[in-house]
Amino acid sequence: MSILIEAKEIVTSFGKNVIHDGVSFAIEKGEIFGLLGGSGSGKTTLLREMILLQKITNGEMIVLGYNVSKLSSSEAWALRQKWGVLFQFGALFTSLTILENVAIALKEYTDIPDSLIKESALMKLSLVGLPSKVATMYPSELSGGMKKRAGLARALALDPKLLFLDEPTSGLDPHSARGFDELILNLRETLGITVVMVTHDKDTIEHVLDKFIILGNKKVLFDGTMSMLRDTKDESLKTFLN
Amino acid sequence: MQDTPFLHIVQANATTFDLTLSGIWTRESIAVLNKHLQTLTCKVPHTLYRFNFEHIEDFDTHGIMLILHHIKRIESFTCTVEKIKQKPHFEKLFSICEAHFPNEPIIIEKHFFLLDYFENVGKVIIEGYKTLTSFFSFTGELAHAVFDALLHPLKIRLTATLYHIQHSGAGAIPIIFLTSFLIGIVIAYQGATQLEKFGANIFIVEMVTISALRELAPLLTAIVVAGRSSSAYTAQIGVMKITDEVDAMSAMGFSPWDFLVIPRLFALVIALPLLVFFADVISVFGGMVIASTKLDVSFAEFIDRIAETVALKHFIIGLVKAPIFGAIIATIGCFRGFQIDSSTESVGKYTTISVVNAIFWVIAMDAIISVFLTEMGL
Repeated sequence: MSILIEAKEIVTSFGKNVIHDGVSFAIEKGEIFGLLGGSGSGKTTLLREMILLQKITNGEMIVLGYNVSKLSSSEAWALRQKWGVLFQFGALFTSLTILENVAIALKEYTDIPDSLIKESALMKLSLVGLPSKVATMYPSELSGGMKKRAGLARALALDPKLLFLDEPTSGLDPHSARGFDELILNLRETLGITVVMVTHDKDTIEHVLDKFIILGNKKVLFDGTMSMLRDTKDESLKTFLN
Repeated sequence: MQDTPFLHIVQANATTFDLTLSGIWTRESIAVLNKHLQTLTCKVPHTLYRFNFEHIEDFDTHGIMLILHHIKRIESFTCTVEKIKQKPHFEKLFSICEAHFPNEPIIIEKHFFLLDYFENVGKVIIEGYKTLTSFFSFTGELAHAVFDALLHPLKIRLTATLYHIQHSGAGAIPIIFLTSFLIGIVIAYQGATQLEKFGANIFIVEMVTISALRELAPLLTAIVVAGRSSSAYTAQIGVMKITDEVDAMSAMGFSPWDFLVIPRLFALVIALPLLVFFADVISVFGGMVIASTKLDVSFAEFIDRIAETVALKHFIIGLVKAPIFGAIIATIGCFRGFQIDSSTESVGKYTTISVVNAIFWVIAMDAIISVFLTEMGL
């Protein structure tokens, strides 16, 4: 298995406030990888650093073979098309319909005829479990869970090999949350996607993640699988099991 | 093996075609592949098309979409399609895509243009009516809130009011200084060339002072404040609505009227007369500068003449209009802010409307007051 993302001794600080101090981990192809930790432990910051939204103070982050701190603008542009990102609240464009939200990347980046783009976008909506009637609706007319699904459809629009999810199940009812988990497992299996997610959801951690790291005290406290966490002797980590 | 997208068609017999798909079927190659697949027209009914997927090297959902799209198209012409030699991982993705293929395309209805026109006219009218009723209900509630605040002055949020006086009032001083000074200069300059012809130089005093104190200084001040503050109020309240802050306040028992609207209203009602007084002084000063340089009317002569010939009523009328303008600007700014809904687009829309409305109503109110007072003989 090849390594898609590698973090080496990441240091992040905002002024005097140090968020990460030497964080290292590696994510392999085909994995569903979790970034865990308490509030304020810098999970989302770490995710934002991988997708070029946040500068790293020190250390190296290699994503799909590129060092994100040393990208030329054209490399960054190409890299941004290789992943899909689902933001915590969907972050759909409010002035576009759901269909346009999903189709926009295809319209901008490919020369696929419009009718096929439409079909492709509709298929992605169906894939994430949204009925076709939402296609012509605007984000403000959708519930939180539907917005997340639409956001996922948008993230999948270009068939990325790498998918970043920021708290995909937060704010969903337990039933929808498990549905979302199923969906992510299903996508990994069928499309061969590698998934990196920030999550707090205990069920997701147990049933979906292959591997995860737990952040705390500016460091990686734990790096491994669920069964490894169960065997650990460290009392502070045991709290994550309950 | 081909590494470019390719489609190879062989006619096996009269009613059977063999299609061999090879190469890369991903989104980069869709446009080319689409042209190739469009050649399948199903000219002879009940022809069998046999798709051989064995040599496909790489694929994604878009490539499969394209194949599905054309399979459905051929099938709709009574031809049949057979799929052979699918690799397992291809078959898996293929069946998922097939299951989610949009069966009924979304049809966006197109109407006759005249119907659209009438529909839009109707929508505008209904919208206008709704805005009018909600504006009345807003001003009604506002009147109630103002009355309540006046009865219980301790309830007025002093800090918030002072904050808005500082930002909407004191913050506007530099731009008002500039506009008033220039307006004073413009009136005096234009007047000077005319008055000089008649040797009636001294009348520059009445000309500048009355027009500035009574009309121009209050109007320009109000327009500047409308541009600065009604937009700010609309955007502030609108974004607070989008982030649910307004709902949070209501839920915690803090009335949005007391916390958001009353401080802004009172701030402008207090700040505008002060700004108008400032604008009065500066615009007359601008006139004095031109009078002394162009018409040889010295500063002392100018001021003496004001005391002699310019009635106090002009100054008072200008100042009385100021709080009315302030109330109009604050009311429109807040009302439009509460109209903003959850879309980011509406922030821009209502902020624009708010400024346009505020400026229009300031000018309209000025005209009404002007006609009314002149008819009354003031």
